[in-house]
This record gives sequence, C-alpha cells and structure tokens, in this order.
Amino acid sequence: MSVTWPTRLDEAVDAAAAPAATLLAGGTDLAVEVNAGRRRPVAVVALRRVPELRDLEITPAEVVVGAGMTFSAIAAELAAAVPALAAAARTVGSPQIRNAGTVGGNIVTASPAGDTLPVLAALDASVELRSAAGTRTVPLRELITGVKRTAIRPGEVLVRIRVPPRRGAQQFLKVGTRNAMVISLASAALVVDEERRTVACGLGSVGPVPVRPAEAEAFIAGEIDWERLTVPEGAVARFADLAARAARPITDHRATAEYRHHAVAVLVGRALRRSIDVVPA
Amino acid sequence: MGSSTVAVCRPSEIGADVRRPDGVPKTRGAFAFASDLSVEGMLFAKTLRSPHPHARIVSVDVAGALAVPGVRAVVTASDVPGAPTFGLEHRDQPVFASDVVRYQGEPVAAVAADDPATAVAAAAAIDVTYDVLEPVVDPEAALVGPALHPDGNVFRHLAIRHGDPDASGDVVVEGTYEVGMQDQAFMGPESGLAVPADDGGVHLHIATQWLHADRDQIAACLGLPPELVHLTLAGVGGAFGGREDVSLQIHLCLLALRTGRPVKMVYSRDESFLGHVHRHPARMWYRHHATRSGDLVKVEARVLLDGGAYASSSGAVVANAACFAPGPYRVPNAVVDGYAVRTHNPPCGAMRGFGAVQVCFGHEAQMDKLAAALGMDPVELRLRNALRTGDRLVTGQVVTGAAPVAEVIRAAVAHPLPPSLDDGLPMMARPGGAGMTADVADLRRGLGLAVGFKNICFSEGFDDSVAARLRLELGASATPVATVHVATAEVGQGFVTLAEQIAREELGPLDVVLADADTGVGSAGSTSASRQTWMSGGAVKQVCEQARRALVDRAAGIWGCAAAELVWLDGEVVWEATAQRMALAEILAGGPVEERCVHRHRPTTPLDAGGQGDAHLSFMFVAHRAVVDVDPGLGLVRVVQIATGQDVGRALNPLQVVGQIEGGTAQGVGLAVMEEIVLDHGQVRNPSFTDYLIPTALDAPDVAITLIEEPEPGAPYGAKGVGEPPAISSGPAVLAAIRDATGLELPRAPARPDDIALRA
Ligand SMILES: Cc1cc2nc3c(=O)[nH]c(=O)nc-3n(C[C@H](O)[C@H](O)[C@H](O)COP(=O)(O)OP(=O)(O)OC[C@H]3O[C@@H](n4cnc5c(N)ncnc54)[C@H](O)[C@@H]3O)c2cc1C
Repeated sequence: MSVTWPTRLDEAVDAAAAPAATLLAGGTDLAVEVNAGRRRPVAVVALRRVPELRDLEITPAEVVVGAGMTFSAIAAELAAAVPALAAAARTVGSPQIRNAGTVGGNIVTASPAGDTLPVLAALDASVELRSAAGTRTVPLRELITGVKRTAIRPGEVLVRIRVPPRRGAQQFLKVGTRNAMVISLASAALVVDEERRTVACGLGSVGPVPVRPAEAEAFIAGEIDWERLTVPEGAVARFADLAARAARPITDHRATAEYRHHAVAVLVGRALRRSIDVVPA
Repeated sequence: MGSSTVAVCRPSEIGADVRRPDGVPKTRGAFAFASDLSVEGMLFAKTLRSPHPHARIVSVDVAGALAVPGVRAVVTASDVPGAPTFGLEHRDQPVFASDVVRYQGEPVAAVAADDPATAVAAAAAIDVTYDVLEPVVDPEAALVGPALHPDGNVFRHLAIRHGDPDASGDVVVEGTYEVGMQDQAFMGPESGLAVPADDGGVHLHIATQWLHADRDQIAACLGLPPELVHLTLAGVGGAFGGREDVSLQIHLCLLALRTGRPVKMVYSRDESFLGHVHRHPARMWYRHHATRSGDLVKVEARVLLDGGAYASSSGAVVANAACFAPGPYRVPNAVVDGYAVRTHNPPCGAMRGFGAVQVCFGHEAQMDKLAAALGMDPVELRLRNALRTGDRLVTGQVVTGAAPVAEVIRAAVAHPLPPSLDDGLPMMARPGGAGMTADVADLRRGLGLAVGFKNICFSEGFDDSVAARLRLELGASATPVATVHVATAEVGQGFVTLAEQIAREELGPLDVVLADADTGVGSAGSTSASRQTWMSGGAVKQVCEQARRALVDRAAGIWGCAAAELVWLDGEVVWEATAQRMALAEILAGGPVEERCVHRHRPTTPLDAGGQGDAHLSFMFVAHRAVVDVDPGLGLVRVVQIATGQDVGRALNPLQVVGQIEGGTAQGVGLAVMEEIVLDHGQVRNPSFTDYLIPTALDAPDVAITLIEEPEPGAPYGAKGVGEPPAISSGPAVLAAIRDATGLELPRAPARPDDIALRA
C-alpha cells in the first residue's frame, strides 16, 4: 500500500486521478472498513494536508464549507451561520471522532445515518466536485443516490459544500438509544427561511437517502403567519404526520420501522415548536 | 495455634484509600494487557467458526488453508489428543465441533500462520460443508423438546419447597417478567500466548479469571498431566464473568505444541462477542401472597434461564436464581422452580450478579405491585419484610451473619434527591443527551427502589480454597521485602492493592512484591462470586500471621527467651519484660522466612431434593433508589441519580469500593435501558460496540453512596465482597423508576425506546 500526502488541491486532484487511488480524510469510516476487511486500499491519497479543503467562507450570498472541515471545526465555526449543521456536527460520535471526521467524508460515505445529510438536504446544499476533467457542482439531493451510493465519479475530489443563505430558525434533533456516541435511529433537520417564506425539513435514518417531505413543507408554509411568525396549534400535529408519512424506514436490530415512523413525527413537531411560536388555533 | 503471643496493633493500612499500583500505568497506556504479549518468532492464530447456530458438519477440508503460504498448522477436532470436550461444571462442549454445531460462532478449526492476515486468509480457505438445520431458540420448546445434545436439554432443575406449599394470602399479585441477554462487554478482547516448553508441555500466558480451572481443562484436552501445563496470568482488560470459561486457551496450546513455536491469538471484537458466554436471558413467573397488613405469606416463582448450547456454569447460576428468587425478605412459604435449559442460542454462564440479577427484576417488580395492591408505601412494605440476622431463607438456611437489609434501604432513600425538573436542565443532561431531542416540558421524572442480595464465595459444598506463599527477606538495601505468591486473577477489582495493604497491615511497613499469578502455586479459585477479598485476602492474611509467629519464634531463639514473652508491635518484636525491640530487618538478617498456607472458608452443604440446605457461606445486601427522567414521546431515558446503601461488612479500601459501586451501577443501568445481545434465530445481530451499546459518561448517573459497615463474623477483617451487589438491584431500580414516570408495566429489561414510546 502506498500513501501520498498532497499539500495543494491540484496535487490532490492529480493524485486522485490514479486508477487505484483511495481518498482518505479523517479515516473514521475508511479505517473501519479496512479493519473489517471490506476494503483493501492500494494507493491512499491522504487529504489532511490540503489547506483548500479546510477553507470556510461566510458571505451574505452563501456559506462555503471546505469538505475537509472536521465536525469539531464545524460545531465551533458555523454555530451562528448554519446552526443546524453545527448542531448535527455536535451529535457525531465522540470528541475523538469529531476531531478527525470530516463533513466531506460523511457525504461520500452516504450512510442513511450520516448526520449531516438531512441538514444539507434541508439547506438545499450542493457540492463542488473536481477532477482532472474539470469541476462540476451537484445538488446534494442528486449526489446521494442510495444506501452508501453516490454519483461521484472515479477521480473526483469533493472540494466544498455550497450552502445558500437562509434567514430564520434552524434545528437538528437526533434520536439514539444512548445519550452520546450513537448511530441515529431517526433524525430531523428543520430550516426556516423567513425571506422566501419556506420551511424545509430533512429526515435522516428513515430511508435510503435523506427524505424531504415536500407535502408537509408546503402545508406548514401555508399555515404559518409569516408576519408574526406564529403557527396555529392544530397545524403542528398535521405537519408532523405529513412529514412522517414521507419517511420509508426499515426494521433492523437497532429499531423497528414503527418506532422510527413514530419518532420522526415527534422530532419534526418539536423542531417546529422550537422554531415558530405556536398559538391556540 | 499459640496465637496469643501475637497481637495486632494500630491498624493503619486496612480501611485506607490506598491507590492501585497499576493505576498510573493503566491510564498512561504503559500497562501490558494480554493483547500486548509478544515474543520473538511467534505465530498468529485464527479460529474458524460456524456461521450457523445449528448444522450438521458434512465435511471439513483443510487443504485450502494448508496451501496458503505462511500457514504452519491447521487443527480440527481430530487433532485433539485428549478429551474432546471441556466445560466448567460439565465437560459437554467440544474443543472443535466435529459432527454438529450448536451455536453460531462455535469453533470448527484453528490456524497458525506467520502473520495475522495470513491466519485470517487461511481460516477462510478451510472448506466446511454444513447441512444447515433449524435451530431451537425458544427455551420453553427446548425444555420439552428432543435432546439437542447427548447430555439432554435440562442443565438443572432446582425445586425449592419451603413451609406450606398450600399457604395463601389475602392479597395476591402475579406477574411475568423477562430479562434479555447481557454481555460482559469487557474492553480487552480474549488474548493469549502459548509457548511450547522443553519438557513436552506448554506455557500459556492468558487473560483469565481462574488459572487452575483453565489448566485442568486444557491438560485434559491435550492429554497431558497438569504439571506439564503451566499458566501465567497476562494483563486482564476486564472480565465480569466472561473469562471464567475456556475460549481460546486449548486452541492456542494445541497449535503451539503442533508447531513447536510460540503462538498468539487475539479475538477481534465481533469474535469476542461470539467467543465468550453471556448473562442468561430469563423468563420469570411470580405469584406473591401477603396478609392485608403487608406480611409476605408465600412466594411462588418459576424461573427459566436460557443456557444456550453448552452447560458452562448454568447449574450454579440457576441455583442462585432459585435461592434468591424471593429477594431479601422473610418468606415463610415458598414454591420455586428454577430451570436452565439448552438451546441453540449462544452459551450463557457467569456474569456479575450470577443469577441474582435476573430474579431481582422479578421480585422487585412484584414488591411494587404488592405495595400498590395493598395501598402501601413500597419502602414501608420492604422494610416490614426485610430479612434480619436469625431469619430463615427459603432454602431453610438461617442467616447467621450480618443482614442489614433495613439499613441499606433506609440509607438509599435517605440521600437528598437531585434538583427537580422545574429547576431546568441543560440539554445534554436530558434524555437524548447530545441529540438534543427533549424540551423540559416533554419530560417526566420517576423514582424507583429495588433491593437485592447474593451469596459470597462458592456454595453448595464446593471445596473453596486459596493457596498462598510468602517469602520474607532482606532486599537490595537491606530493607525487608515480602513476596506474596497467589494465583489470584487481578481482573481490575483491585486485589493487587489489597494484597499489599493486608501484608503491611500484618507485617508492618515493608516493601511488598506480588509475584506473578501462575499455576506454580496452588489454586486461588476464580475471581468471581465477590470472593477474592474474603478468600485470597484471607489467604494473604493467614500466611502473614504464620510468618509473624515464625518471626517471633526466631526472635525468641536469638534472645533465648520463650516466644510467649514476646509481642508483635508495629512491625517489630518486643520483649516487654526487658523493653528490648528487634526490628524485622534484624530478624531477617538470619535468613529469609518462608510460609505457605491454604485458606478455606467454613464448609457449606449441598441442597437437598426440596432445595433445602445451608448452601451458602454469607450474603451481601444492597438497595438502590433510582431517579430517572423519561421522554415518553421518544421512549428515551436519562438516569439522573442512583442512591445506594450497600452492606460491605467492612470497607478495606473505600476508594476501591466506590470504584466497584460506580462501575457496577453503570452495568446495571446498561441492562435496564440499553444492553442486549439481539438474537434472530440464534444469530447475533449486534456483535460490535457500534450496536451493542453500553453506557457512556453521558449515560452514567450520579451515584450517591452509603456504605453500611457491620463486620461479618468469620470474614477476614469482617469484610464482605463488594463487586456484585452494585449490579444487582441498580437495574431493577431504574426500571421501577421508568414505570413510575410513565405508568407503563414494562415487564422486560432492557426497556427499549420502542417499549416506552409506542405504549405511552
Ligand atoms: C466511533 C464512530 C462513531 C461515529 N459516529 C458517527 C455519528 O454519530 N454520525 C455520523 O454521521 N457518522 C458517524 N461516524 C462515521 C464517520 O465518522 C463519519 O461518516 C465521518 O464523516 C467520515 O469522515 P472521514 O473524514 O473520517 O472520512 P474517511 O473515513 O476518511 O472517508 C470516508 C469516505 O469518503 C471518501 N472521501 C473522504 N473525503 C473525500 C473527499 N474530499 N472527496 C472525495 N472522497 C472523499 C473516502 O475515500 C472514503 O470513501 C462514526 C464513526 C466512528 C468510527
């Protein structure tokens, strides 16, 4: 096994072009795969010394997050600009995992339980992919195609994540069977945009890819009094129910589909209550 | 024994918070665990395991493995030179399956190769043809169904008939309860290094709980006399019962003898989950009878333990479950049936609490039900029926030692409650923790109490003994050194600290060296049953007392006086008549003093056909009060506080007692809310720390502790064991608190989010 340590983005893209190249960021997914014997990389390209991958740009027009930013860095630096992403980052693993694991790795792994995915889906984020052939930008919703499957092509490096501006409350809630260091049984992100008068919702661990409950989103946007930022009590349960209906959870050794369905509705309802004042109907 | 010449003065070591000698090395990563063992030229071994819980083996072809470059040996059942089977109580478990496999993960072959990756590849190249059969995974079905093994399916049925079986009470409550399969989840996976010896024997360095039981089983299977099998304890990364059975020991020794080279093996995490026994899952039916004023009249119970494929220590576990089924209460009449049966589930055996844990979930839920039926305060009901010294257990045994049951209950409930929910709670401190799922308005607080008890040391007439040797001599700078040699497995409990404390307590200030625990000295029994403070601690005390007498005799010889004129005071011999003193170093100038002893506790007796007899030596009592916050919407629980009163006899090292209580409490909390081996038709679905969840720091509650110190007659220094009680009633207290918060019945542990949220 060979390891290369590019120190510039163009070097990394060159190295990634080698047919057998395996990109390594924090290694918190890749090393697990290797230890389990499921992957045997022959030519590792270690990305940690590439400074461009850790760039963060916060402007009124967009927030651009380097794919190599760790969860710890995101939790610290995005708490104000993209609170739901920072909240999701705080729920990941343990301090050690948050210090090593990156948002880029989370996206490329594309696990249904990847905690940043429902947030990025709710934010309508897109990712910038660069290869020897050039650069392309793909919406996250198109990038993640299935359980641990993406539309990334061989030789492509995920460089940065583009998050459009949203003005309003954001939430991320995640259910696990213990209080920390746990794979989510269900999660929900909620992103309110007072300017466009939208509510976006991303559901995690309840389908092969992050779920956007379009009907629920449209319903609640219509129920909210956008001048006062209130919503009638009666609409909360309906919103939660509609959102849960969009979920397609499975039963496995971690939880039943019935529980996941139930939990996601609870999470969505609570996320809304935390974001918008609920008033008697 | 002429001990009147010897008087212990000024106890100073016993009762002190002496720090562990291995504490700093362990925290710094400098301590060598068994998995760190290494020797020049060693080979690496890998076990091939059955993927099926039940199958007939049609053929095993090892040619593919032998063809892998770097492979040095492959062994299967036909290579076992001695007894084909092993086992702690009954030798019913094959070293390697030959004709049939009875659980998922049962070893079929083992490989030794130049490096770990080659060993893994070679094991995968062994071609086993299985005729897959339907597994029997329901213990009720196994109880009445066809035999899954030539020895039958019932490991043991213990019937306890006490008092009047037809007695009945005015108030009757009934319930059925279930406990899932818990794992010991020790951090250090099974590891060992076997080195062939020049005499044709083998030397095994191994992380275990009981060196001599391992040795005897290994020797029998290797067809060697026990003297040719030498074991030395390697660094143990936790045990909790899971290292009492043989796992890789025989495989390693076979491969070392076959190749003539040292062979090392370390289980991977998933293999570890398949490679050791678990806590028995239990199904329990109870019916309690009481008078209207709340006096227990009769307890009826049926306890069914799933022992899995092989016997392990099922017989002793079910005996405990049956004996302790009523809880630590005065019960004049009892009809209890305990069964441990064979299934195609993973084998179950010893785990902290050993049968007393499962039934505690049952008897304590029943006591709460009874209190509700009587309209009585649950604390009052328990106090009213609490066992006292002089009371009779349902086995007919009279409790002669300390039985401060009322005291542990009062101590547990006397602790101040944590701040209420109205005072607000930081997000991270709520159920759901880092997931930030709950607002305070979503939460309900609950309170629960549970009381438990268990035996100390081995029971039912077992010849329980510990051999000890002591050598006293002058060390490098002419200062006295005591070398203590016992085969006691230090598995984290702190015997290494205690042995030093006891030696200094008995012999005065001197350097104490604990020789490697090995089979070069007689057996110390298992580090289990909360017994090593009593047994190995007692052995060290006894051998030091012998040495003290020898020192006094020697001083008498030097002075030319009678030993009876001398006393032992603060590490010196004093001739009171002349006010002369002789320091230990002076006495040892004449040469070393060597002593050996075998320490035994008072004998116990077997149980008769009605489950009656003085089967147990002594008992430990404990009470836990749990405070929990529950999010009924999501079914998530946060254990806020566990307050406990624990009967310890005497705390020889309070700091270590607190360590045992905090750790055992976390294990109890784990069983109540998250820990379970998930089985699907005999297949383990979660053999990893990703999916077998144990409490993190954010799940561990505050623990408020009161030690009840009522010295136990006959126990060295009056100390009872302390390791198991924290794991007995802590879980049942948590479950009771969740019931209190939600109003749900929750008859099963662990209470999973589904169990709460979908029923709330
Ligand atoms: C103990 C533990 C706990 C965990 N807990 C959580 C949790 O709570 N929530 C959660 O979501 N995840 C969790 N994970 C999973 C993991 O930490 C995350 O998925 C993490 O984001 C992976 O990032 P990484 O930088 O470590 O990726 P790596 O392991 O380095 O890489 C993962 C994959 O992404 C590819 N890759 C990485 N960077 C790039 C790039 N820039 N361009 C193209 N491809 C790239 C790699 O080639 C590889 O295929 C946990 C893992 C462990 C071991």
